[in-house]
Amino acid sequence: MDLVKQSDVSTSQDEETEFAIDLRHGLGLIARHRMACGDVAKGFGLWRLALTLSWLDIRLRYRGSILGPFWLTLSTALMIGSLGFLYAFLFHTPIRDYLPFLSLSLILWTFIATIISEGCTVFVSAEGMIRSMRIPFSVYLGQLLARNILILGHNVVVIVVVFLAFQVPVSFAAFAAIPAFLIWMVDGIATALLLGAICARFRDIPPIIGSIMQIAFYVSAVMFKPEFLGKRGWFLLYDPFFTLLQIVRQPLLGSIPGYATYLSAIGFSIALCALTWYTFLRVRHRIAFWI
Amino acid sequence: MAASIDVQNLQIDFPLYHGQSRSLKKTLLNKAKGSSRVEENSQHKTVIKAVRDISFSLRAGERLGIVGHNGAGKTTLLRALAGVYEPVGGRVQIRGSLNAMLDPGQGMNMELTGRENVALRGRFHRMNQQEIEHLQEDVRNFAELGDFFDLPVRTYSSGMIVRLAFAMATAFRPEVLLMDEWFLAGDASFRSKAQERLESLVRGADILVLSTHINEIVRSWCTRVIWMEDGRIRADGPAGEVLDAFAGGKTDQSLFPETVLS
Repeated sequence: MDLVKQSDVSTSQDEETEFAIDLRHGLGLIARHRMACGDVAKGFGLWRLALTLSWLDIRLRYRGSILGPFWLTLSTALMIGSLGFLYAFLFHTPIRDYLPFLSLSLILWTFIATIISEGCTVFVSAEGMIRSMRIPFSVYLGQLLARNILILGHNVVVIVVVFLAFQVPVSFAAFAAIPAFLIWMVDGIATALLLGAICARFRDIPPIIGSIMQIAFYVSAVMFKPEFLGKRGWFLLYDPFFTLLQIVRQPLLGSIPGYATYLSAIGFSIALCALTWYTFLRVRHRIAFWI
Repeated sequence: MAASIDVQNLQIDFPLYHGQSRSLKKTLLNKAKGSSRVEENSQHKTVIKAVRDISFSLRAGERLGIVGHNGAGKTTLLRALAGVYEPVGGRVQIRGSLNAMLDPGQGMNMELTGRENVALRGRFHRMNQQEIEHLQEDVRNFAELGDFFDLPVRTYSSGMIVRLAFAMATAFRPEVLLMDEWFLAGDASFRSKAQERLESLVRGADILVLSTHINEIVRSWCTRVIWMEDGRIRADGPAGEVLDAFAGGKTDQSLFPETVLS
């Protein structure tokens, strides 16, 4: 064989011992962990790809429109403005009290709800890419999260304007929202992974999730302040949507939630992550066949 | 250690979950009784056995052609090698940097412009901004897209899509190159240019795995050929021998246009 060999002979040592592809059937538990961790680690390594993908998603959605992504801001502002006055009247609350609460609540809820509904299709909608090359599944999760954070960034403008207009004081308590938001990011990835995998296999899940979210929206004190329920609000502590919302929302409104709220939110997050990891271990290698 | 590919007892089954009904299952099972590629697995699920009992090893310097009729499992095998489908049985190991040219769409987003698609591919290969700009120029020039490069891919003609995909896929020089036959499409003037670039790429790679049913290409590029039939290896050996057997085994010569490239 007289072959002209042009490729670098000097590829780095560590790459030479590594397999580009090493896949086999019937992995044990440890090997499955290793594959799943590898997926996450490689996904982190490709963060630029995830970021570019998410930015292009937004660009695509608003290609050719004059306001572009600021349509999001505008429509959120309109929604909050109109709902705010109506519900402030219905709940007999002063508008200066209610509107800051509602703007924060609604925008944060939209963030959660969008991650959940898009999570259902995170793998199915990436079918073309998944079938054509081996990319860590975590890249698609990063794409989804980054996209939604970018959208949240556009909506935050509304919150800032409302807070300034009503001169809502922001205390040091607001810093407590930062670790809480980090919990959200972890939960967001976990939710998208769990739902993305399950929904790829069982196509009846997305409508079920849709109706659960609808109920959760009305139950979880998004539109009304939890105080309105008085003593009947005890169940809220068992509602993960509420407690998770509360650990970000309440600090921004100036007070730290009680420890029971944190306990519930963190406990739910741990359970969610454990369930997601277990699912990922079991189905990671099957996802490409399901989509 | 040099590049290598090791495949042991590879098996890939496709589950039939969606739109599955008892009667459909029965029909399929009855119909398939002859060749029995549709089977019920141990969990009573209907599966299509796309690829089974595939074992071979390739070392640096080998060029493998995979031939077979449509539906013989060539593309599935390539996808399994690329790591898209993980084995349902057996094992796949590949050493060395890998580039898989599987289909012209290849993860391209039709709504994005050519430039943006190239940027994405660059990001996938962990390139920085500067390298990506370089790549974009390279692809743009080679694919002769002109102003279309900044228009959404869905506005391209099919020839332009193939040119873009080809230019993009061949911009990376891997040690192990997996190729499906689509790159032979495209208009005549582009073809000679493509041939040149492809040949330099093929020479640069340590291992080539090429799936096609165009004999001429396999004969000139490959040192070894695997003939696939019904998801199994029918024959495996030196290119000339297997190709002759393959050509002898078929009845209708016109099905295999050996003059496509000339």
